[in-house]
Amino acid sequence: MKLASEQTLELDEGHVTVGQSFSDDPKMTMRNINVFYAEKQAIYDVSIDITKNEVIAMIGPSGCGKSTFLRTLNRMNDTVDGCRVEGDICMDGENLYAPNLDVVELRARVGMVFQKPNPFPKSIRDNVTYGPKIHGLADTRVDLDEILEKSLRKAGLWEEVKDRLDQPGTGLSGGQQQRLCIARAIAVSPEVILMDEPCSALDPIATAKIEELIEELSQNFTIAIVTHSMQQAARVSHRTAYFHLGKLIEVNPTEQVFTMPQHQLTEAYITGRFG
Amino acid sequence: MNNRSDTLSKIQHSLTRRNRAEARFRWYGRCAIFIGLLAVAVLFFDIISKGHGAFRATYIKLDIHYDPELIGINNLADNEQLSAGNWQALSKTALRNKFPDVSGRQDKRRLSKLLSNGAGFDLKDHLLANPQLLGKKESVWVLADDDIDTYFKSWLDGDAYDARMTAKQVQWIAQLHQEDLIALKFNSNLFSRGDSREPEQAGIRGAVMGSFLTLIMTLMLSFPIGVSAAIYLEEFAPKNRWTDFIEVNINNLAAVPSIIFGLLGLAIFINFFHVPRSVPIVGGLVLTLMTLPTIIITSRAAIKSVPPSIREAALGMGASKYQMVLHHVLPLALPGMLTGAIIGMAQALGETAPLLMIGMVAFIVDIPNGFSDPATVLPVQIFLWADSPERAFIEKTSAAIMVLLSFLIIMNTSAVWLRKRLERRW
Ligand SMILES: Nc1ncnc2c1ncn2[C@@H]1O[C@H](COP(=O)(O)OP(=O)(O)OP(=O)(O)O)[C@@H](O)[C@H]1O
Ligand SMILES: [Mg+2]
Repeated sequence: MKLASEQTLELDEGHVTVGQSFSDDPKMTMRNINVFYAEKQAIYDVSIDITKNEVIAMIGPSGCGKSTFLRTLNRMNDTVDGCRVEGDICMDGENLYAPNLDVVELRARVGMVFQKPNPFPKSIRDNVTYGPKIHGLADTRVDLDEILEKSLRKAGLWEEVKDRLDQPGTGLSGGQQQRLCIARAIAVSPEVILMDEPCSALDPIATAKIEELIEELSQNFTIAIVTHSMQQAARVSHRTAYFHLGKLIEVNPTEQVFTMPQHQLTEAYITGRFG
Repeated sequence: MNNRSDTLSKIQHSLTRRNRAEARFRWYGRCAIFIGLLAVAVLFFDIISKGHGAFRATYIKLDIHYDPELIGINNLADNEQLSAGNWQALSKTALRNKFPDVSGRQDKRRLSKLLSNGAGFDLKDHLLANPQLLGKKESVWVLADDDIDTYFKSWLDGDAYDARMTAKQVQWIAQLHQEDLIALKFNSNLFSRGDSREPEQAGIRGAVMGSFLTLIMTLMLSFPIGVSAAIYLEEFAPKNRWTDFIEVNINNLAAVPSIIFGLLGLAIFINFFHVPRSVPIVGGLVLTLMTLPTIIITSRAAIKSVPPSIREAALGMGASKYQMVLHHVLPLALPGMLTGAIIGMAQALGETAPLLMIGMVAFIVDIPNGFSDPATVLPVQIFLWADSPERAFIEKTSAAIMVLLSFLIIMNTSAVWLRKRLERRW
């Protein structure tokens, strides 16, 4: 390991990610990922594993490609015109970009929570049961109600909304809406949950609730979370990945990233020298 | 310090200017709205003052004797007898009995001219509906001729128009009026009959039915086609030169003069596909061509206004694109689409030019009952009546315009109401 002071703040061409980016028990493996928006490259040669049942945080300055990277994991980038993904992304050894893979199935297995709470303009019930309905996970109303209660309980929302299940989800507070979106995502029992700055539109109390929730969820799900708050990354994640200008600089156990960053750019970022 | 008060005074100075500009701008707006409202008021005043008379018609009360011998029948069930019967004799005889001292061929003809030449058939229909009247006498209000109608109405208004009246006729009317045997009554013919050469017998029922059938046809075709096209272009089509080209051309199409669509319809539907002329089917096809661009453009705008976050949420849940559109985009876009469709329909309802090209301008007496019956539409009826020489058609024209305008107002109001109703901005 080179000493931090010997490195420049310039990124060398052909930079190699430092730290522990690979895992013995990976849920998802990504190798040599490049992402382009039309001609513009947003992700450069990123390789990383996501371990089963871990919470991995993605941090980095604005525009460094965290969202883009996250969205390659459930192929949401397919919906962006001109976006092209190169490299291998596998979940449990299965190539997610294989031509015969159905994105509908993939997105049932890899759920996503967005930055801005985006419940459907329908009732709370319909929001949560939408996924199970379209994927045919439950046939009877009783089954659906069971999923509804279970998901809302897991999302810590049940007590607050159990009397108003048929009222619009958009009538909830911002934090409640975001938890509703989480309930909606876990209603289809995904294996991985992607969260893109899930707390950026929320106040500290709502944020605390969601962070608590993430910790609980990590017992059953693998979670990849993008965040702008280093405290949040420190609180909820097991590993932290630092992105810079589309390159993956460093991946290490969270504690280490925030106490002894291995790369000078990481250190500069977490000490607030840019970002 | 000096610098600071300097800035403040500059701001204050510019503030008065800005306030004045704003006040002026508000006045421009008020003037514009006033001019618009004034134009509408003048239009309505003109049409209503010309057309209100058409809702009442002149009737003359006669003692009719349903004499089988006079008509020349003995059996009301025999259709041959009925059609050969001399029904006009009923009203003519009654009129002559009323004015027994009228003599001379000329005067007798003038006298019978007081009544509409359809009066006999009205009496026939009345008798057939009430067969027990055969051989009996009854007082009946009989429809007057249009010249009498025009004269009588203008005479009641104090500005008698007697250019088409003889002195004798004027005298007879005065006598009838004295005995309370001539009066204005609600003109039910206007709403129950088709077109006629005789103004007093002409109604807008045929044109209203024609418009209705044509609009149904147009809506059934243009709404599904327009909405599908809009959905495809917005949600599924790749964004490339071709779709840009299509977009530009749809916008062009919306600006093409409607008569061109009429020519197109004539060439394609009638000359090539041999759809019969003058029928609501071909009218609907042509108006579909015309309203499609409007519906596509408004539907696309409605689809575009659905927030992208909803789409992402649906796709993120694993909905297919089709499910995303059907479950989330369409319900949110529907109010806008319906508004567009109703506005398109209102446009189509008022459209005349393209229909002239496909024969919907023909003189059609029978009321159309199906999509393949020859028909005309309200605006064309207005055009036809406005073109007729008979003075009585002037008020008819205005009355038809009033009916057309009320349909338009109803449609536009329902568009607003529907949008308010369906728009759930949760
Ligand atoms: N739809 C798009 N089309 C073109 N370029 C895009 C698109 N989305 C993102 N980019 C570009 O890709 C790069 C990475 O963007 P991305 O959204 O992944 O950044 P980010 O790290 O999530 O930033 P932030 O923290 O601000 O959310 C940026 O330079 C951005 O301009
Ligand atoms: Mg982002």
